[in-house]
Amino acid sequence: MSFNKSWKEMEIGAVVKGGSGLLYKTGNWRSEKPIIDYTKCINCLICWALCPDSAILRKGNKVEVNYDYCKGCGICANECPTKAINMEKEEV
Amino acid sequence: MTTVAATKKFIEATGNLAVAYAVKQVNVDFISAYPITPQTIIVEALSQYVADGELKAKFVNVESEHSALSACIGASIAGARVFTATSSQGLVLMYEELPVASGLRLPIVMALSMRALSAPINIHNDHSDFMSMREQGWIMLAAEDAQEVYDLTIMAFKIAEDERVLLPTVAAMDGFTISHTLQRVDVLDDEVVRKFVGERKARFKLDVENPLTFGPLALTDSYFEFKRQQHEAFKNSEKVIREVFKEYEKISGRKYEPLKKFMMEDAEVAIVALGSTVGIARIAAKKLREEGIKAGVIGFTLFRPTPKVEINETLKDVRTLAVFERHLSLGAVAGPHYMDIISSLDKKDDVKIYDYVYGLGGRDITTKMIVDTVKKTIEKAKKNEPMEVEFVGVRE
Repeated sequence: MSFNKSWKEMEIGAVVKGGSGLLYKTGNWRSEKPIIDYTKCINCLICWALCPDSAILRKGNKVEVNYDYCKGCGICANECPTKAINMEKEEV
Repeated sequence: MTTVAATKKFIEATGNLAVAYAVKQVNVDFISAYPITPQTIIVEALSQYVADGELKAKFVNVESEHSALSACIGASIAGARVFTATSSQGLVLMYEELPVASGLRLPIVMALSMRALSAPINIHNDHSDFMSMREQGWIMLAAEDAQEVYDLTIMAFKIAEDERVLLPTVAAMDGFTISHTLQRVDVLDDEVVRKFVGERKARFKLDVENPLTFGPLALTDSYFEFKRQQHEAFKNSEKVIREVFKEYEKISGRKYEPLKKFMMEDAEVAIVALGSTVGIARIAAKKLREEGIKAGVIGFTLFRPTPKVEINETLKDVRTLAVFERHLSLGAVAGPHYMDIISSLDKKDDVKIYDYVYGLGGRDITTKMIVDTVKKTIEKAKKNEPMEVEFVGVRE
């Protein structure tokens, strides 16, 4: 789904292709953004396990935040045993 | 084309039966409804047509009006021509689905036998159910008698299903006063009606291999645009409704206009009403003229979209109005007709409009009551009195 079109170009009645939930980027709901400090991260995967939006991804032997879907709830930062994740204000 | 002379066929029908007959003639594919007074006979008659094989439609019995309109929404998405009917609390139970039907742009047609809303419980006519639909994105038509509700029901399908419109449409009549009153109704031949409404063109083919989502999440980034589209559909419908009225006149010989005008050519005071009261108002206008008061009548056939153009045209020279509302907008300054007229008028500084609430819960309105109210209106206008909603026919 692309949501930068004029109302004249959008499908009337809001009919969209099935299974298109992935295209709906929910990252812009965020007011705070988790930033991982890799010097402190011990790769324990607690954040990965607890993220309610599955927005923490495993990349090789690291974790990364998928900012397309992270809503900025801060659970990862709260639960991180080494305080490696900081929540920073989103610039509007 | 079949001429009017060749279709001089009539049935004896109540408003409800006239609607059922029209729905059979437009050949709907799908009906779902739940019985409620005073509408019940519509769906009773339709289920009989289906059981007898006279109408090849799927008739789905449900446990509530909420389910009835939900089933209609599903069938309409699938491309079916869909009909439902309800009244009062039944409509209110459908409420959650009313804006869904319009938001999904589904051309469902509903018949509404208008009835007062509870509490206290009452089965008789006023317009409180109809008026509650105002904000839900439905095109709204209202009939004065059984003939009109037959005609409007047929036209409702053509209006709703037009690709420029795609909006659900309600054709309403006064409960009991019209819904249960036997009347001669001139009907068209089946083939004429079917040719007039045509086939519904489905926008989508439901296909498991290529799934579609109807009614997805549309938040801050898109909801507003979809609402803007609905506004445009209403704008488009203004033209379509007038086209359909004209086209219907060609096949039926019966002229429809957004506003009915009676003795308005030289009128100095106008009575405004909707539904069966328009007929009583005609008699009242004649009586007033016998007494030397040049009265005319304006009746709303099209309620939504508001017939702004016609309101301005009709009221060009008539600046004193007695507006009759069979609905009490509790807590509001005035009723819906008053507000529609005032907001429609391009020039409003010299207009004297007085609002009267009457007939709630089926309380009778008489010619005399209208005559007296018009006289009172003229007095108030002379004294330039401010408008304050008044009640007609209530015990003080």
